[in-house]
Amino acid sequence: MAVTTEVERKRPGMLPWVGDLSRLPWWIVVVAIVGGAAIFAIVTNRHWEAAYEFTKTGIRFTIILSITSFAIALVIGLLAGLGQLSSNMVFRNLSMLYVQVIRGIPIIVQLYFVAFVITPVAINLLNDLGGNMRLLIPLAGLGGALSRIHIRDIDMLYRAIAALTIAYGAFEAEVFRAGIESIQRGQMEAARSLGMSHLQAMRYIILPQAIRVVLPPLGNDFISMLKDSSLASILAIRELTHVGQLHRARTFRSWESLGVVAILYLVLTLSLSFLVKRMERRLAFAK
Amino acid sequence: MPNSTPSNVTNDDIIIIENCSKSFGEVVALSDINLRIRRGEVCFIFGPSGGGKSTLLRCINHLETIDSGRIVVDGIQLTEAKETIDQVRAEVGMVFQLFHLFPHLKVLENITLAQRVVRGRSKEEATEVALALLDRVGIPEKADVFPNQLSGGQMQRVAIARALAMNPRIMLFDEPTSALDAEMIQEVLDVMLDLAREGITMVVVSHEMGFAKAAADRMVFLSEGKIVEIGITSELFNNPKEARTKEFLDQILT
Ligand SMILES: Nc1ncnc2c1ncn2[C@@H]1O[C@H](COP(=O)(O)OP(=O)(O)OP(=O)(O)O)[C@@H](O)[C@H]1O
Ligand SMILES: [Mg+2]
Repeated sequence: MAVTTEVERKRPGMLPWVGDLSRLPWWIVVVAIVGGAAIFAIVTNRHWEAAYEFTKTGIRFTIILSITSFAIALVIGLLAGLGQLSSNMVFRNLSMLYVQVIRGIPIIVQLYFVAFVITPVAINLLNDLGGNMRLLIPLAGLGGALSRIHIRDIDMLYRAIAALTIAYGAFEAEVFRAGIESIQRGQMEAARSLGMSHLQAMRYIILPQAIRVVLPPLGNDFISMLKDSSLASILAIRELTHVGQLHRARTFRSWESLGVVAILYLVLTLSLSFLVKRMERRLAFAK
Repeated sequence: MPNSTPSNVTNDDIIIIENCSKSFGEVVALSDINLRIRRGEVCFIFGPSGGGKSTLLRCINHLETIDSGRIVVDGIQLTEAKETIDQVRAEVGMVFQLFHLFPHLKVLENITLAQRVVRGRSKEEATEVALALLDRVGIPEKADVFPNQLSGGQMQRVAIARALAMNPRIMLFDEPTSALDAEMIQEVLDVMLDLAREGITMVVVSHEMGFAKAAADRMVFLSEGKIVEIGITSELFNNPKEARTKEFLDQILT
């Protein structure tokens, strides 16, 4: 009996001579060593230090972009997710259309599209509307303001936030839909049989349970958003990737510039994924 | 002597089901059902699996929509209009085979939620009602635990309390003891027997013939979407008119 357990205990490592060392999370050790080396380089080497000092200014925009876009995407995603499950044929089809179309277009194309097609078209429409409103005395003030908006005035940051929001709204819609569908049908029926309306059942019974299901995937999607915010560099927003590129172009120090960019992303994403794992474990216990 | 076809007491029929049919695609779940249930009656529905028992119960509180026919519950005709459906559901409590307690809410909140959001009762009032009901179903000490910390029998008793908290005039039970271990069945049946004695109208789908003998006024044998036989409990037990009823009873009682 004792012999078999001994054999089984060693099997996962496949390398009997390493013994219990095979159980260590070696990847974390590697990350720690690389991280330590990077900190050491930044402290002792002036090229690394310069790259770090210049690039770290991008963190702010990366975080602004990710948090703002993700927060709005959550709202849109919840609406579109509910819409996909709605018995109202118009809501359902609009939501489906949005989710399927947006998920089928690369985010980088969406960024270009929102920045250079949708924004100008929308501004032109507002200008026209303002021009017409100016003819109506009571609306003259507002009309004047609308007709004076210039495409230039719309900061690239806003265009990037709009594009990322639209893209991620579609992903989150699917997360919410799946979360709601994972709640047993009996829950809705029990709520309805007590006289609750569909809306009340959603609010008090289905959504509170669905939230627990969707929190971990939402956390993972936020990590993806953090990485995808780097795409906004194509709109010359001074987020991490763009700033790193600027430094590289200026100093020709590719290794240092891109190394610092990669490590800063890793610091953000790995700490977030650590939090998501903890949340997953806590929610699992709560069940 | 009560009559087995109580058409002469229409004004006291709390549930009227007339010519009701329901299909799921090709499958006919109910075909041309006629049934009247009197106020205060305990009506016991039994029959083979797939016979349409659940569907019939679910039609009474409109969890399923009938294809044709008419259902009147306590004077309210079931139509597609949202108000009438909610009105009816508030009068009708339902107990499910798999309990369907709300797992994210404590036992007490399971029982108070609908009282507050549907009946508009204050938190204090709802809590008072809930605690009284928990006492009645014999688990006053479980108010503050989550459903997953209860045994099956306790869960079903909470589910009954949850339905009763709305002061329904009618209680529907869909195989309330079928998912329970043998030793827990009686504790749930005891609660139901109590209810029956109090005179609430009950429609019970079950295989517990002991409960039927002890509490049911009439029994309905439902098979393949049709009412095969309906009768006073003692008569139907002792000399069923239809061969199929006798056959099924013999099977189940041996
Ligand atoms: N939502 C549904 N979709 C499709 N078919 C259904 C649905 N609900 C019930 N049916 C079918 O309708 C018929 C009657 O089902 P019902 O659940 O009412 O039977 P039952 O008498 O309650 O059976 P059981 O004793 O197994 O619970 C069955 O053939 C069943 O497969
Ligand atoms: Mg059934």
